[in-house]
Amino acid sequence: MVTVNNLTKRYDNVEALRGINFSANDGEIFGIIGPDGAGKTSLFRILTTLILADGGTATVNGLDVVKDYREIRNTVGYMPGKFSLYQDLTVDENLNFFATVFNTTVEDNYELVKDIYQQIEPFKKRKAEALSGGMKQKLALSCALIHKPTVLFLDEPTTGVDPVSRKEFWEMLKNLKQQGISILVSTPYMDEASLCDRIALIQSGEIMNINTPSQIIADFPDKLYAVKAANNYHLLNELKQKADVKSCYMSGEYLHVTFKTENEPTIDNIKMHVIQPTIEDCFIRLMK
Amino acid sequence: MLKYLLEKEFKQIRRNSFLPRLIIVFPIVIMMVFPWVANLDVKDIKLSIVDNDHSTYSERLVNKIASSEYFYLTNASNTYSEAIESIELSESDIILEIAHSFENSLIKEGYARVMISANSVNGTKGGLGSSYLARIVNDFADEIRSELIPPNNTFPVIDINSQYRYNAYLDYKTFMIPALMTVLLAIISGFLPALNIVGEKEKGTIEQINVTPISKFTFILAKLIPYWTIGFVVLTICFGLATLIYGLSPVGNLGIIYLFAMLFVLTFSGFGLVISNHSSTMRQAMFVMFFFTIIIILMSGIFTPVNSMPQWAQAITIFNPLKYFIQVMRAVYLKGSNIWALSTQLMALLSFAVFFILWAMLSYRKKA
Repeated sequence: MVTVNNLTKRYDNVEALRGINFSANDGEIFGIIGPDGAGKTSLFRILTTLILADGGTATVNGLDVVKDYREIRNTVGYMPGKFSLYQDLTVDENLNFFATVFNTTVEDNYELVKDIYQQIEPFKKRKAEALSGGMKQKLALSCALIHKPTVLFLDEPTTGVDPVSRKEFWEMLKNLKQQGISILVSTPYMDEASLCDRIALIQSGEIMNINTPSQIIADFPDKLYAVKAANNYHLLNELKQKADVKSCYMSGEYLHVTFKTENEPTIDNIKMHVIQPTIEDCFIRLMK
Repeated sequence: MLKYLLEKEFKQIRRNSFLPRLIIVFPIVIMMVFPWVANLDVKDIKLSIVDNDHSTYSERLVNKIASSEYFYLTNASNTYSEAIESIELSESDIILEIAHSFENSLIKEGYARVMISANSVNGTKGGLGSSYLARIVNDFADEIRSELIPPNNTFPVIDINSQYRYNAYLDYKTFMIPALMTVLLAIISGFLPALNIVGEKEKGTIEQINVTPISKFTFILAKLIPYWTIGFVVLTICFGLATLIYGLSPVGNLGIIYLFAMLFVLTFSGFGLVISNHSSTMRQAMFVMFFFTIIIILMSGIFTPVNSMPQWAQAITIFNPLKYFIQVMRAVYLKGSNIWALSTQLMALLSFAVFFILWAMLSYRKKA
C-alpha cells in the first residue's frame, strides 16, 4: 500500500511535482502514465527514499518515507529507468550480490524469481555488460525481487525494449501480482496503460486523473471519429478551421476528431466512423 | 555484509583490464627510473679553460681539474670572450681563466691569479660548480706550497675531519628512494578511491546500492579496505626493489614503516573518497584530486626542505600528511628512528586518518 499526500518537489526553478495525491492498494498494478519530464522519476525516487520531497508526505506499507526510510529500504524493490547493475560482474554474481546486501540468499527466494531468472540462467556466467537489452531488464527485475519485496517500483521498465520483450515483461508483472506483490510502474507508453489495474495520468507534475483504464475510457465524454484522407495534414488544417470541430489530432494513419454537436456530423467527401477511444485519446483530452 | 561488499570490490578490481597491471608496473617504473632522474647532485660540469700562460704549472692545474669526477673539459679557448661564447652556446657551464704570468708570479712572488666564471641560470649548479672548482684550485695551491717550502718548516693547519652520518656517501638516491615510495603510495591510494564512488555515480549503480539497507559506515569501509591492501602490496614491492636494485634496506624497524603506511593510506584513501563523494563526474574528481596532489607533493619537503620555505608556507605544511610520512620514511629508512622519536608524526597521521575517514563517511549521502 502506497499513499501520497500533496507531494511537491522542485529543482531550482523547475517544478517537478506540484502537489501529487494518490494511493495504490495492496496487490495491484498501479500505473503512472505520462510523457517524459512529467515527474515520474522524481516521484519514484521520493518513494524509494533516494531524494527528499520539498512538501507533503508519503508512506509505503504505512511507513513514512522520511522517518522510516530504513525499514522501507528493506521492504521495497526498485528498478531504476537506467540499467544500474554492475556491468563488470556476471549475471549470477549480480544476483548473489544483491541478495547478500539484503541479508538473504538466492536460494531462499528463488521461487519468486524463478520464472524470470530461468530465462537468463543459460547466460549466468556472462558479464552483465554483454547482455541484450531485454535480458538486462530481466536481470534487473530479478535483482529487484531477490529480497522478496512487498512493493515493487519499476521506473519506465519497458523504455527502449522491443515489443516482444515488452509483452513478456507485462506477463511477468501479472505473475508477480498473483504472488501478492504490489507494483508501481511508470511508463510513457499509453498502450501499456490498459495492462494496469489502475492508472494515474500525470502531466507536468500534476495528476490529471486516477481510475481503472476501462473507467477512464468509459468516461470519455464525446463520440470519437476516425477520418482519413489522401492528404491527412491538409485535412487536419481544414478541420481545425471548422467551428463545430472540438478537437482534432493525428493518431497513426487516422485523424481523431470530436465534435461539439450531438447529431451525426458530416464532412464533405470523407468517410468517417465512430471508434472506441484509447487511453491516449483520454490523455490528450485531459491535457487541453 | 562487509565481506560481500569487499568480495565485490576485489572482483571489480581484478576484472578491470588495467588496474592490476598498473598496481604492479607503477611501482617498478617509479623505483627503477625516478631515483636516477630526481637527482640534485651536481656532476659532469662542462668546463671551458682559457689558459693564457701555457706553462708547466698551468698544465698541471688543468690536468688536476680534468681528472676530477665533477668536471670534464669541453672547450679550450684562446680568449675569455671565446669562452663566454661557448657558454652562450651551452657548450660549457663554467670558465677557468688562468692569468698570463701564472707560473712566474706563483714561483717568484708566491701569488697567482685565476678567474672562475660560472653560468648561474641554475643557481645550485653555478654555485656548487664554482665552489668545487675553487676547492680544487686551493688543493693545487697546497700541493705547490708543500713542494716549495721545506717539509721541516711547519705552519699551523686545521685538519677538518667530516663525518657524513646516515648517508655516508652523500648519495642523493638514498635520500630520495624512501620519499619516492610515499609519493607512489599517495598517488595510488588517493586517485583510485577518488575515481571509485563517482564512477558508481556515473554508471548509476549507486542508485541501486542506495535503496539497499547497507549502512554508510559499511559502504565506505568496503571502499577503503581494498586500497589499503593495494597500498601494502605496492609498498612491499617498493621495499623489495629498493633492496634488490639499490641495496637499500631500512635501518629501522619495518613494522614502524608499515604502521605509518597504514595510517597514511587510510588518510589518503579517505581524502580520495571525500573528493569522490563531492564530485558528480569522474573528470571533476580527477581534476580536483590532481590539483591537491600536486600541492601536497610540492609542499611535502620531498625535493626542497620545508625549513627553507617562508613562514606562511611552513604553516600550511602543518596540514600536509605527506610531509609527516616522508619524514617518517627518511628517518626510519636512513636513521633507524624508533617510534618514540616519531610521536609527533604518529599523532599527526592518526588525526588525519580519523578526520578524513569520518568526513568520507559523513559526506556519502544515500539520500539527496
